[in-house]
Amino acid sequence: MSEAVSHEDHHDDHDHKPTGIKRWLFSTNHKDIGTMYLVFALIMFFVGGAMAMVIRAELFQPGLQYVDPQFFNSMTTVHALVMIFGALMPAGVGLANWMIPMMIGAPDMAMPRMNNMSFWILPFAATLLIATFFMEGGAPAGGWTMYPPLVLQTGDAFPFLIFAVHFLGISSIMGAINIIATVFNMRAPGMTFMKLPLFVWTWIITAFLLIASMPVLAGAVTMLLTDKFFGTAFFNAAGGGDPVLFQHVFWFFGHPEVYILVLPSFGIISQIIPTFARKPLFGYESMVYATASIAFLSFFVWAHHMFTVGMPLTGELFFMYATMSIAVPTGVKIFNWTATMWKGSMTFETPMLFAIGVLFMFSIGGFSGLMMGITPVDFQYHDTYFIVAHFHYVIVPGIIYGVIGGVYFWLPKWTGNMYDEKLGKLHFWISTISVNVLFFPQHFLGLAGMPRRIPDYNIQFAEWNMISSIGGFVFGLSQLILVWVVIKCVRGGEKATDQVWEGAQGLEWTLSSPPPFHSFTVPPQVTDASAHS
Amino acid sequence: MSDSQGAYFIPEPSRWPIVGTLALFVSFIGAAVMLNGSGFGTFIFGIGIAMVIYMFAGWFADVIGESLKGLYSDQVDVSFRWGMGWFILSEVMFFAAFFGALFYARVLSVPWLGGEGAGGIATHEFLWPSFEASWPLDVMPDPANFMVFEEVIPAFGLPAVNTLLLLSSGVTVTFAHWALKKDNRSGLCCWLFATVLLGFTFVACQAYEYYEAYHHMGLTLRSGIYGSTFFMLTGFHGFHVIMGATMLLVILIRSMKGHFSEKHHFAFEGVAWYWHFVDVVWLGLFIFVYWL
Repeated sequence: MSEAVSHEDHHDDHDHKPTGIKRWLFSTNHKDIGTMYLVFALIMFFVGGAMAMVIRAELFQPGLQYVDPQFFNSMTTVHALVMIFGALMPAGVGLANWMIPMMIGAPDMAMPRMNNMSFWILPFAATLLIATFFMEGGAPAGGWTMYPPLVLQTGDAFPFLIFAVHFLGISSIMGAINIIATVFNMRAPGMTFMKLPLFVWTWIITAFLLIASMPVLAGAVTMLLTDKFFGTAFFNAAGGGDPVLFQHVFWFFGHPEVYILVLPSFGIISQIIPTFARKPLFGYESMVYATASIAFLSFFVWAHHMFTVGMPLTGELFFMYATMSIAVPTGVKIFNWTATMWKGSMTFETPMLFAIGVLFMFSIGGFSGLMMGITPVDFQYHDTYFIVAHFHYVIVPGIIYGVIGGVYFWLPKWTGNMYDEKLGKLHFWISTISVNVLFFPQHFLGLAGMPRRIPDYNIQFAEWNMISSIGGFVFGLSQLILVWVVIKCVRGGEKATDQVWEGAQGLEWTLSSPPPFHSFTVPPQVTDASAHS
Repeated sequence: MSDSQGAYFIPEPSRWPIVGTLALFVSFIGAAVMLNGSGFGTFIFGIGIAMVIYMFAGWFADVIGESLKGLYSDQVDVSFRWGMGWFILSEVMFFAAFFGALFYARVLSVPWLGGEGAGGIATHEFLWPSFEASWPLDVMPDPANFMVFEEVIPAFGLPAVNTLLLLSSGVTVTFAHWALKKDNRSGLCCWLFATVLLGFTFVACQAYEYYEAYHHMGLTLRSGIYGSTFFMLTGFHGFHVIMGATMLLVILIRSMKGHFSEKHHFAFEGVAWYWHFVDVVWLGLFIFVYWL
């Protein structure tokens, strides 16, 4: 057993924390890396949010006020890229980094060095992307979907955009591989798959989606690059290609990407709701199978993003029915969350408020999605503010609320201090009122025919745009409360117990608050009683 | 993993991840500046690639050192297996995007341009009414910006030889593995050497084929959708063969130095998996790009 002895020697060497800048630059610790991911995501949330503020300021009144149309289009384009690749995905991975090893009873992620690289790529990739604002021809302005031939008109920014996407993709794939290896290989004895907390389950499935879809995006943007610089004809009909081909390849990535973003949020609220309803999650197994079905189906619905592009009728019908079928497993999940709360002894702390917010407002986004999944009516909704309202309902109160709920839920565990409950509730209520003022009127604008990605509009849309902008400014400002709550909580506050929440169950709550530097140095024995909440 | 109870392996803080990130960052900036038409970019790109090589060398040296010290338990071994397996799947999906483009062009976009199908009638009539669909697409709908080629590489010439080379290399790498499992060092090294040789011979044949295509057939990256799919698919595959053969070379050198044991040799197996993946992609290329 000389091996085991050398392990232990090795371990003693660095049980103390490394200090200074090296602790962060050279980190092999899942908590430090998770923290960096979350801080980076929060910064990008405000960078992307600032761009949204510019968009809403310009749309406050009809006419051109503050920015020229090219810059406006850059704002919508880069806002989307920053929010998706800079804020939402890193936030999800950050929570996974922090929580998964603690939830499955592991000391760390399976590949800690690769974990560090997947984080550090992000700030550099974001630099590539944001630097494009200072280049000849301006930042990319053809929309985040990068459709050719429009995107090929981008100036010097073009190759930087492509390489930023490649770079971010490398990060995501490494992160996903790490998560799968961790969950498959690092579970504590007795932690069988069907005892995993649902957050872990949703993350395994998300990781599969990432591995299967990010390389396809890499292929798509590589083809754009060669079309622009090396004279290939992938998206050029004059050489036998087809611009629509890009849309197919892009959305083959793009649709699973939607679930990459939303499944971790589903996982988080599946942890929060049972805790504050003080009941086990209703239908645990059906939740697992529903999540897997959603992920599987997500590979067969991509063309519902392109109903108006001119596909054969069979294609339109297939993708319509496939899209409708996703509503079934999603409905199972909504039903299970609701049933979990049924006759529970509920309390409404901030994480629970955000989780219920997801349940209600994600459903609004889900239903408007069903409306657009019906091909003939989508011809009316396509590229209007209706779709903008739809996916913002999914993303803001569906995904960001899940992440914020998770932050409130686990903040006492991470810091050892309770956050300020009054401020948390204030944050929830201001956000929830303003997010509806912001996005609900956009449904009306879209149905009345207001197109997306245009800086000016007909006078008939003026009122709802002004209301929407007011909601936007309030929502943007109210997120500063979150920053204040987090800073306050890190600096001190009422001490949290190990279990933190009365109804909390699972391995992560057996560790001290804050947990030790390496979570479980000796694997815990998992019994039925201590299994998932 | 019963033998790792109470003793997990966590690597020391390491500088390689941040070095690797910087290396890729510099390479991407260099490549972008280069594509925007500045010669200075080539210089930056060169530095970036040198940094990438430095990172790989340094990172793998650390990993090999840890492995030789016996720090890797069976559990770490399994993590590596999952990691390599899913990495290969991500590579498969990357190739899938290009195969998808090939199938889309052959089955949908070229026939539509030629007037087939309900949607094709208008496409054909309004865009290039004199265009006739064919595959290989040697006459483009609008040849103005594309090179017209005279012929394509026939499947049962050099590509068939290449198929034979790669398939045999799959066999030799398996023989090497069997030799390793029997602790037959000389057998291991000989079969590995044969595999590396076959791999690089394949690359040489591909290079010759590209030379022929560019200089005698007029078939280039600019030859419309046929040239685009042909060179992007075979080019990325060729790049992967070079990577795989280089990895095999490293394994060969390590084998000659006496690394690996009959039971503990995931580096060898990981590279062998990768080599088989490259092999399978080639079969797809041979059938769908060259043959059919």
